[in-house]
Amino acid sequence: MINLREVAETNAMIEKENLDVRTITMGISLLNCIDDDLDRLNQKVYERITTAAKDLVKTGEEISKEYGIPIVNKRISVTPIAMIGASACKTKEDYVTLAHTLDCAAKEVGVNLIGGYSALISKGMTKADELLIRSIPQALSETERVCSSVNVGSSKTGINMDGVRLIGEIIKETSVLTADRESAPCMKFVVFCNAPDDNPFMAGAFHGVTEADEIINVGVSGPGVVKTALEQVRGESFEVLCETIKKTAFKVTRVGQLVAKEASKRLGVPFGIVDLSLAPTPAVGDSVADILCEIGLEHAGAPGTTAALALLNDQVKKGGVMASSYVGGLSGAFIPVSEDQGMIHAVEAGALTIEKLEAMTCVCSVGLDMIAIPGDTKATTIAGIIADEMAIGMVNQKTTAVRVIPAAGKKVGDVIEFGGLFGYAPIMPVNSFSCDAFVNRRGRIPAPIHSFKN
Amino acid sequence: MNRTIITVVGKDTVGIIAKVCTYLADHSINILDISQTIVQDFFTMMMVVDMKGADKPYEEIQQDLDKVGEAIGVTIKCQKEEIFDMMHRI
Repeated sequence: MINLREVAETNAMIEKENLDVRTITMGISLLNCIDDDLDRLNQKVYERITTAAKDLVKTGEEISKEYGIPIVNKRISVTPIAMIGASACKTKEDYVTLAHTLDCAAKEVGVNLIGGYSALISKGMTKADELLIRSIPQALSETERVCSSVNVGSSKTGINMDGVRLIGEIIKETSVLTADRESAPCMKFVVFCNAPDDNPFMAGAFHGVTEADEIINVGVSGPGVVKTALEQVRGESFEVLCETIKKTAFKVTRVGQLVAKEASKRLGVPFGIVDLSLAPTPAVGDSVADILCEIGLEHAGAPGTTAALALLNDQVKKGGVMASSYVGGLSGAFIPVSEDQGMIHAVEAGALTIEKLEAMTCVCSVGLDMIAIPGDTKATTIAGIIADEMAIGMVNQKTTAVRVIPAAGKKVGDVIEFGGLFGYAPIMPVNSFSCDAFVNRRGRIPAPIHSFKN
Repeated sequence: MNRTIITVVGKDTVGIIAKVCTYLADHSINILDISQTIVQDFFTMMMVVDMKGADKPYEEIQQDLDKVGEAIGVTIKCQKEEIFDMMHRI
């Protein structure tokens, strides 16, 4: 039988160390909504989402109360809208109507974000894909809860550089269009290489075409729990350090597994995956950077950071994999800047640069995440940053992503506020040497060879 | 069987166990196990109870226990046992 010490340990994790289930995300396929009449399409999409997810928020809250574990977000991901709207949308404004429909449906069922305003263009771009991408600035500016993503490359297909160039322009356009809000809506857009179909985390969540009609995916988080556990093993060997992270990751992930199974049972929707991640929030004590410091760095970004992060990421996966029957999504440690108090401190102290973050993305879960850059950064420079990050993903056969916010009117040294879970970000300097001639070439980068690894 | 863990944490005072148990008895909640300890005047108790026969929905019992706790000056949490089982048992 469970004893007092175990109960106290679990409750201390929840109450003092910010253990939570970060999100229950319901994936909903919209393939059966496809129609060539735009009004009918919008109506079907709205009905499909509001029917499938009508009990999602209520169920999440019930589970949260019964087990005494916070479930911070309830979210929805849908089939990439570029596909769904392909036969009905003739202009980018037509696509924007779909964004509004998603926004309304999200508000109706009470989820805080809905992802899937997306296009998958890793090899080529259809006319519909291009229309959707060109509609992104307007869609993000006019809606509140819609998240958008584009997959521009993969290890199997290479990188679609026409897509990368276009995305650079789109991010810039979104920044200008939303200048009145410090360009914050840019944070609802992410560009991927090797995007997974079952990622529950925004802004990159979408319901892949390889998925069933509906699915429940859960993302857990507990950087604070890992940090506290590591405080007990200061100065110990790497073996002890790694074992401690593994054990802690196991415990954290078990909670995700429980919530996922329970939500799946109550909603009558199959359980997809648990994303076993360390996803920070701006709350004090909920930081991945603090774990890196606890491992032995003065600040995230100091020499040794990439190795420490590689170790952390690997142990989280090793501990988590056994705790859940199905693991997927982006699993690993997230290193967003604005959402992590320790990362913000590191940037402010001058310890952490975009270049170091780029190196860190080679060994961690995703990529350059929630990074604010000067508003006058050129579209081609943004495309260059994206291309670099995509290349890391392509060659290393991992998911990488870029979510940068060129904050209109702001320069290095300024700060932008996103509010709530998204935190605030100091504007980071960007290498200002030109990559115009590189980015302006047409076509795509071929897929890399998967042999002769060295 | 609907096993639930009730934890009571707070400053030690007279009648904590009595008041919590009275509430449980009044609502047909069967106590299976109790363990309790005091660390530096801090009272920590854990009860394993069976809510199967309870005469109220789970959520209302939670709210009631919150009130009982408030009256005594302690925090009472009520959580289904699975969360602890999942975390601490393979």
